[in-house]
Amino acid sequence: MEWPVFRQLRSRDSSGRGAAVTSKKTRETTPRTDAADTVVQSICPYCAVGCGQKIYAKDNRVIHIEGDPDSPISRGRLCPKGAASEQLVNSVGRQTKVLYRAPRARDWEALSLDRAIDMIADRLLEARKKHWEDTDQHGKPVRRTMGFASLGGATIDNEENYLIKKLFSAAGAVQIENQARI
Amino acid sequence: MAECHPVGFQWVTEAKQRGARVIHVDPRFTRTSAVADRHIPLRAGSDIVLLGALINYVLTHGLWFKEYVRAYTNAATIISEDYQDPEDLNGLFSGYNPEDGSYDKSSWSYQAAGNKKKVGEPGAESEGDAAEPHEFGAGGPPLSHSNVIRDESLQDPRCVFQLLKRHYERYTPEMVERTCGISADDFAYLAESVTQNSGRERTTAFTYAVGWTQHAQGAQFIRTAAILQLLLGNMGRPGGGIIALRGHATIQGSTDIPTLFNLLPGYLPMPEAGQHDTLDEYLDTIRSKKQKGFWTNADAYTVSLLKAWWGDAAKKDNNFAYDYLPKLTGAHGTYQTVERMLRDELDGYFLIGQNPAVGSANGKMQRMGMSRLKWLVVRDFSLIESATWWKDGPEIESGELRSEDIETEVFFMPAANHTEKAGSFTQTQRLVQWRHQAVTPPDDAQSELHFFHELGKRIRERLADSQDWRDRPLLDLTWDYPTDEHGEPEAEAVLAEINGFHVTGPDKGEPLSTFNDMRSDGSTAGGCWIYTGIYAERVNQAARRKPGQEQDETAAEWAWAWPANRRLLYNRASADPQGRPWSERKKYVWWDAEQQRWTGKDVPDFPVDRAPDARPDPDAGGPEALAGDDPFIMQADGKGWLFAPHGMVDGPMPTHYEPPESPIDNPLYGQQSNPSRIRFPREDNLLAPSALQPGSEIYPHVFTTYRLTEHHTAGGMSRFLPYLAELQPEMFCEVSPEFAEEIGLEAYGWATIISPRSAIEARVFVTERMTSLTIAGRRVHQVGLPYHWGVGSEAVVEGDAANDLLGLSLDPNVHIQGSKAAQCAVRPGRRPRGPDLLRLVEDLRHQAGLTVETGNARLTVPWNASEGQPKGKKS
Repeated sequence: MEWPVFRQLRSRDSSGRGAAVTSKKTRETTPRTDAADTVVQSICPYCAVGCGQKIYAKDNRVIHIEGDPDSPISRGRLCPKGAASEQLVNSVGRQTKVLYRAPRARDWEALSLDRAIDMIADRLLEARKKHWEDTDQHGKPVRRTMGFASLGGATIDNEENYLIKKLFSAAGAVQIENQARI
Repeated sequence: MAECHPVGFQWVTEAKQRGARVIHVDPRFTRTSAVADRHIPLRAGSDIVLLGALINYVLTHGLWFKEYVRAYTNAATIISEDYQDPEDLNGLFSGYNPEDGSYDKSSWSYQAAGNKKKVGEPGAESEGDAAEPHEFGAGGPPLSHSNVIRDESLQDPRCVFQLLKRHYERYTPEMVERTCGISADDFAYLAESVTQNSGRERTTAFTYAVGWTQHAQGAQFIRTAAILQLLLGNMGRPGGGIIALRGHATIQGSTDIPTLFNLLPGYLPMPEAGQHDTLDEYLDTIRSKKQKGFWTNADAYTVSLLKAWWGDAAKKDNNFAYDYLPKLTGAHGTYQTVERMLRDELDGYFLIGQNPAVGSANGKMQRMGMSRLKWLVVRDFSLIESATWWKDGPEIESGELRSEDIETEVFFMPAANHTEKAGSFTQTQRLVQWRHQAVTPPDDAQSELHFFHELGKRIRERLADSQDWRDRPLLDLTWDYPTDEHGEPEAEAVLAEINGFHVTGPDKGEPLSTFNDMRSDGSTAGGCWIYTGIYAERVNQAARRKPGQEQDETAAEWAWAWPANRRLLYNRASADPQGRPWSERKKYVWWDAEQQRWTGKDVPDFPVDRAPDARPDPDAGGPEALAGDDPFIMQADGKGWLFAPHGMVDGPMPTHYEPPESPIDNPLYGQQSNPSRIRFPREDNLLAPSALQPGSEIYPHVFTTYRLTEHHTAGGMSRFLPYLAELQPEMFCEVSPEFAEEIGLEAYGWATIISPRSAIEARVFVTERMTSLTIAGRRVHQVGLPYHWGVGSEAVVEGDAANDLLGLSLDPNVHIQGSKAAQCAVRPGRRPRGPDLLRLVEDLRHQAGLTVETGNARLTVPWNASEGQPKGKKS
């Protein structure tokens, strides 16, 4: 007896706005977070408010990101950017392969990751040597290179900024900057 | 705030529900204005007049928090007899050098007690005078000692309080109306609101973002607010303060652990050639052992950093490898680096999650600079405009560049995102929050940790046999981090190095618990002293996640804040001089006489057993010299600075100057613009004439730039996402109905906005959200431009970049560009394409008669060379 009126009486849903009128499809619909095999606590990557996020993943793929209700900063809320951050991971516009543009070329070409890092290491050392300075114009020691520069750091991690500053300073580079300057 | 930091704004809403008054001061009406008690529009760039008038109001109405100001600020301190004010010198301070725009700051010094030299005078034991502004670390500028003369009655005409009063006496409501375009009624409402909500029972907070910082005197905007907040007793107290709302997830962290040219981790300055040639010179310059506070231990922080980087190679007999650090010769900021690119002096450039082709001022200089590089490495998620300018940038369209002529090699290296790596972000209130890794990165995508670790390994392999002394810093670098099966270094191992550890002794290898554990003898290592404690007891404190609902409002067990998990800085000031809370309602940290300790709702920001009535010898130096009523423990005299005897290069008190491009004459002084601003007088960076100079009528309107909720900065993380691109699909300009009518702009049609640098087009949004103002008797129209769009072909949505319109003039203290107030022309319709665009820009330049000198005069008051000061005084 699946007549609505019977369902209404049986489930004590007297106003007919609850279980009595739930369709089979609705009953079988589950939150997509149920399918996750892992969930980790994270932080939103956009502005510096630092809202809490929960990242749901299945089979090593992010399937959902939502606000973390435990965060005393955000109490589970996310703004449009934070709420869209799943697309930072899975958007079709994301470029996940190394690309190389040769001098005077009109387009990109493919390059292996390993080869790209080798080429960058070679170029860095060459630029470092070519623009090396032992002393300034007054003969004071500077022990540095002016051959390469770096820009950016506010969107990556503290640990990553630390390694960049450490490595580049050891290489003698001083032209290291990030978004805090603008 | 509701627009750019929407989730943070929920706390403003909470406060409002409990009776707080919310006032929004901004040239445009935003989502904040919509829910504020009042929106007060002002002319972009006039903020010091408004804040200075609030200071004047507080002083002339006797509304300052007397006990707080007397005890906790330098109001009573006597300043040198040689000091002269802009009131005397037509807009300049004493000590100005017209040759290079710098100040000799010796006349701004504290008068010293006894026969000592002026505190901080050159030639005194330690001074910062010779140092460049970017050379001051976390402790700010040093003073040689803290033995100063005070007049507790505040009547001495040379005490800070009287100097302040005089300095701001012409910053009146009438001046605000004339200069900012704010009515007397709005000003009265603001002044009454701020003062009625300050004192023992109540506090007022200011929040700001780049609307205050991006000016040719942005640092002074913040200083003006600091003076006001000190006078009202709103610093170091719950619900008070000046709150920077920063724009990137770890822009705070990348300042603390800096990828910045002028800093080492923990705000230690980068050494400068000629001043810091040896470790001793470096340490003696950045601090004096005789000043007060925790900055005197900079030697332990520096040596621990050197030990963290160079391990066993950093020994006492080689000054802990101090010589391995490269040295600065002046400023090497991002805009100076672009100039070097344009002179073919730079070979390679790494872009790490930053998009200067869209996000930096004068975008053409940025892109033309990159076209002169030998190689460029772009690490990002998508093909941002800084990766593709060589094939689809604006200069390709205009014909200024041709792909087949550009020699630059470009490497696009895909980056792992925040879900694909573990690590920490430091949010805008210094809270360091750990993220756990959810998944591994796809294809070639790598974290920066992985990429830079690998790059370092390969560089070191190539140099392994080198005997060159220049390569020792790379070869001796500590670079062995444990990695996982994918080669990814363990982020927590890097965090442990940042925290620091014992190098020798019974606790060898164990993490340090606080920066007080750091030693200058090489027995400790630590990569960033202010972060010490984040890995105390081998626990990642940043990963603590006790739910907020199970904690009080301080939530001290959620993540970790530097320093020492302290949530509110200078919180000793939340108690009165005797150590009692100012009121029950505003109770936060107080002195427990029974336990003889400071206690409360937060980690006390003070020596925990220093009694309120303690009065140590000020010459003792260091934390021991702090009196029980010296709450500002990182300042060299323990006091909040109403007058800054050191540290600001363009004046000890903020003074209003007009932006480098302005529609009016400076109504306060003969000096028009900040005479110490950093200028770039170049053909590719021409400026519009200001005020009533010939040619100023060609660029008669003010434009300002800003952000929207649905996009993020230069769009690299938002314009490539379909959801966000759909929410804000198109570049637009906001104009008032009056302005649209005046020049014939059609709603939802097109406008072309032209500056001396470039011309862009935008959809026209006619709205009362933008206000036309009457300034100095004439109507001034302001054009609002969001800066998220850029020209390329890879993003879901593209559009002209507002930053292309901006010229470069930098704040001399922090080298940040003015982006918030500049001059433009506006015409209905779309901009021309191809070379016609260049002709349009050139036509206007020609009509205005622009040269590289236009707008670039440092001094606009006659100079009396024999007296070494300006002539006359503005009546």
